[in-house]
Amino acid sequence: MKKLVKGNEAVVIGALVAGCDAYYGYPITPASEIAHAASENFLPLGKVFVQAECEVGAINMVFGAASSGQRVMTASSGPGVSLKMEGISYLAGAQLPCVIVDVQRVGPGLGNIGPEQSDYFQVVKGGGHGDYRAIVLAPASVEETYRMSIEAFDLADKWRSPVFILTDATLGQMMEPIDIREVETHRSEKPWALDAKPHSNDNLVTSIYLDFDDMEEHINGLHAKYAEISEQEAKAEVYGADVPDIVLTGYGITGRMLRSVVDQLNERGIDATLIRPQTLWPFPSRTYQDVVKPGIPVLSVELSCGQFVEDVRLALPGHKVKHYGRVGGNLPELGELVEQAEMLLQEARND
Amino acid sequence: MTKVFEKSPAFFDTFTRKPSMQKTTHYCPGCGHGTLNKIIADQIAELGLQDQAIFVGPVGCGVFIYYYFESASVSAAHGRASAVATGVARANPDSVTISYQGDGDLAAIGTSNAIHAANRGENMIVFFVNNNIYGMTGGQLAPTTLIDQTSTTSPTGRSIVNDGYPLKMAEMMAGLEAPTLVARVGVNTPKNVRQATKVIKKGLEVQRDKKGYVFIEVLSQCPTNWKKDPKDSCDWIDEVVCQQYPLGIFKDLVDERGEVKRRAERVEFDALAEQLGLTTDDEDNTQKIEMLQDELRFKFAGFGGQGILSLGMMVSQLSMERNMEVTWLPSYGPEMRGGVANCSVVVGKKAIGSPAVENPHVLVALNRPSLEKFGPLVAKDGLIIYNSSLIDQVPDTLSGRVYPLAATDLASEAGNVKAANVVVLGFVAQKTGMFSLADLEGFLSETFKKPALLEINLKAARAGWDVAEKV
Repeated sequence: MKKLVKGNEAVVIGALVAGCDAYYGYPITPASEIAHAASENFLPLGKVFVQAECEVGAINMVFGAASSGQRVMTASSGPGVSLKMEGISYLAGAQLPCVIVDVQRVGPGLGNIGPEQSDYFQVVKGGGHGDYRAIVLAPASVEETYRMSIEAFDLADKWRSPVFILTDATLGQMMEPIDIREVETHRSEKPWALDAKPHSNDNLVTSIYLDFDDMEEHINGLHAKYAEISEQEAKAEVYGADVPDIVLTGYGITGRMLRSVVDQLNERGIDATLIRPQTLWPFPSRTYQDVVKPGIPVLSVELSCGQFVEDVRLALPGHKVKHYGRVGGNLPELGELVEQAEMLLQEARND
Repeated sequence: MTKVFEKSPAFFDTFTRKPSMQKTTHYCPGCGHGTLNKIIADQIAELGLQDQAIFVGPVGCGVFIYYYFESASVSAAHGRASAVATGVARANPDSVTISYQGDGDLAAIGTSNAIHAANRGENMIVFFVNNNIYGMTGGQLAPTTLIDQTSTTSPTGRSIVNDGYPLKMAEMMAGLEAPTLVARVGVNTPKNVRQATKVIKKGLEVQRDKKGYVFIEVLSQCPTNWKKDPKDSCDWIDEVVCQQYPLGIFKDLVDERGEVKRRAERVEFDALAEQLGLTTDDEDNTQKIEMLQDELRFKFAGFGGQGILSLGMMVSQLSMERNMEVTWLPSYGPEMRGGVANCSVVVGKKAIGSPAVENPHVLVALNRPSLEKFGPLVAKDGLIIYNSSLIDQVPDTLSGRVYPLAATDLASEAGNVKAANVVVLGFVAQKTGMFSLADLEGFLSETFKKPALLEINLKAARAGWDVAEKV
C-alpha cells in the first residue's frame, strides 16, 4: 500500500519490514522523527525501544543487542554520530551486524539543522579508531530510503558488519510516497550470538586479541572480508546520455538534483550523464571508469567543501574532476548547477 | 575420601580463552578480583544459572573476566558495560545478565550509563569492584581514591580542592527508586567473604526471578598499586577504606518486588501491516491526473499556523492517490522564524529530480511577506493566488496570472478561520483542473472524522471552488 511519509519515517518502516527487533536512540534534529516513529511502532509490536541516556549509551546498547543476535538499529545526526563513533569501531571490530542512520546536518560543531553532506569523511572513511570499514548506503529519495533500510539489515547480517544509511536534513524531512509490502529478507543464522541457553556458553563477542599475531590475523580477516564486499556490493545509478560530453556526479539529495540538471542540459543539446553512487563504501569506482572516457569533464557536486570529490578523483586517476559545493544549509539552485556544468564544458573545450 | 573443595564448575577447567598460561588467572597475587570471581562462580553453580548467565566485561582489571567463566560473554568499551548489558538483557529476557565493572569504568567514564541502567531497573546484576585506584592502566587516581591517598596521578595524595571527594556509588544507587538490591561488601576477610557470598547469592536470585536491578559494590584490595603486601592490603580495607565506604545493605526491596517482564518479540508482516494501518490493495484503476506539463511545481507560503504545511500535504496526498509522483519539502531553518512558513510540492508524471521549488508554477501566498518573497520568482505564465483577506496591496512586479482569494474571510464564513487552507485547496483544484470537487469531498471525508469539522471544511472547499469558477 502506498503511504506518503517523511524520509525519517521511511527508515523505520523499512526497518520493521526487515524484521528489526530493537531500536536504541537519542533525540536530535533533524533525525528525531526516526525515534518518534520507532517509539510509536516498536513497543506496540512487542519489540524493544529505548531512548538512551546519551548517544554513547545508545550505540553500546546496540552493541549488546547485536551481540545477542538481534536485528538492531540506531539513528542520529552529525553531532550524535560523532559520539557514536567509538562504539561503531567496537561493532566493526567485533563484527556485529547493525544499522546506523546519519541524517546529516550542518557542521562543524553545533552548526545548524539545515542539510549538508559534510559527514562524508566521518562516515565513509572511518570516524572511529582502528583499521575498519563500514558499508554506507546513500539513498536519494524517500522510496529509496525505505528500500535501503530493508536492504541494510540483510547486508549487515550477510557481512557481519555495521551498515550506515547516510541521508541528510532534506531527505529526512521531505515526504514522498512509499509502497509498503512484505518482502523476503535474509536473516542469517547467528550461532556466535549470546543466548541464555547452554549452546552459547562458549560464545565470546569481543574486539580484543591480546596476542599480536592473533590480532593481526583478525585484522587481516576483516580486510579479506572488506575486499569481498568491495567486489560485490558497490552500486551506482547511471542516468542520461550513452556517450556523454560531460559527466555530473553526486550522491543523496545532490545526486537527485543533478538528475534534473542532466535533463535540462540534454534539453539544451548537451549530452550529459549522471553517476549517482548508491553505496559510498564500497565506492563504485568501476562505474566511473566505465562511463567516464578520457578527456570528458566531470563535475562533482556535494553539500560540503570537498569530501566526496576525493573518492571521485581516486576512481579517475589523472582525470580532471571539478568540485562544486554549497554549505551552511543551502541547497544549490538548478540554474546554478546548469551554469557550473556549462562553464566546465567551455573550459574543457578551450583546453 | 570426600572432596571438600574444588574449582567451581562455572569456571572453565582450563582457561582456553586465555592465550597463554591457561591454568592461572591474570590477577596479581593478593588481588581481590580472584576471590570475588570465585564467590560469583560458586553461587552461579549453586543456583544452576551457568547456562543463562551472560557476562559483560569492562575495560580495566576485569577485562578478562571471560577467560574464567564458562558462559556466554561479551567485552564492552570502557565504561559502557551497563549500556551493553542493557542491550543484552533486553534482547535476552531469560538471561541472567552480569555486568562486571571497576571504579574507573563505572564511577568515572561510565557513570551516566551505570546510573541510567539502574534507574530503568534493568534486569541485571552489576558488580562494582572498588579498589580505590585504576589498576590496569598503572595506579592512577580513581573517583573512589581516598582523600590523601597517593596514586600515579596524585603523587602527593588526593586533594579535595583539586580532585573532589571520593565517590560513594552504593549510596548514590540506593538513592534511586528503581534498584531492587544495593549493597557494599568486602572480600578481604573470611567474615566479609561469608557476608559477600550471602548478598551475591541473593542478587543472583533476584536475576533468576527477573526482579530488577541489583548493584553490589565490592571493596577489593590492590596490593600492586597500593604498594602494600597482601596482608597489609586486607587490613587496610578494614582499618581505613571501610571508614570511607562502610559495608552494608543500603537498599533491599527483594521481598516487595515482583517479576519485571520485558518483551523481545518477532512479528509477522500481518501484525506490522495492522500496526501501520495498511489496507490490502485493491486493483488500482485510478486515472492519472491530466496535466499540460510533465511536472507542476508548487510553493505554499504564509504565517506559521495558517496550515501551510498541511495544505501542501493535502495536495501531495491527493496527487499520490491519483498515481502521480510527488514530493513535499518543508521550509527549513531561519525561514521558519520571522513568521514565514513555506513548503515546496512537486507533482509529476515521472520521477522527480529536485524537490526544491525555486520558480513555482503555482504560488499560494497567505500573507504579505510570502507574496513579496516568492511572487517575483514565479515561472512565466505561472499562477499566483494570494490571500486578499490579509493582503491589500499587491507588489506591482508580479507577472503571470494573479488571483485574489479572500481565504481567511471565506473560511470564517464557513465556520472556522483555520479552514483558510482548505478554501485555497478548493480554488487550486478548480484552477489547475487537477482534482474534481468530488475528489476533494471524498478526501475531506477521509481526513475529518468529526461531522462538525467535516462540514466546515466541505463548505470551505466549495467556497474556494466557487470563486475559482467565476474568475
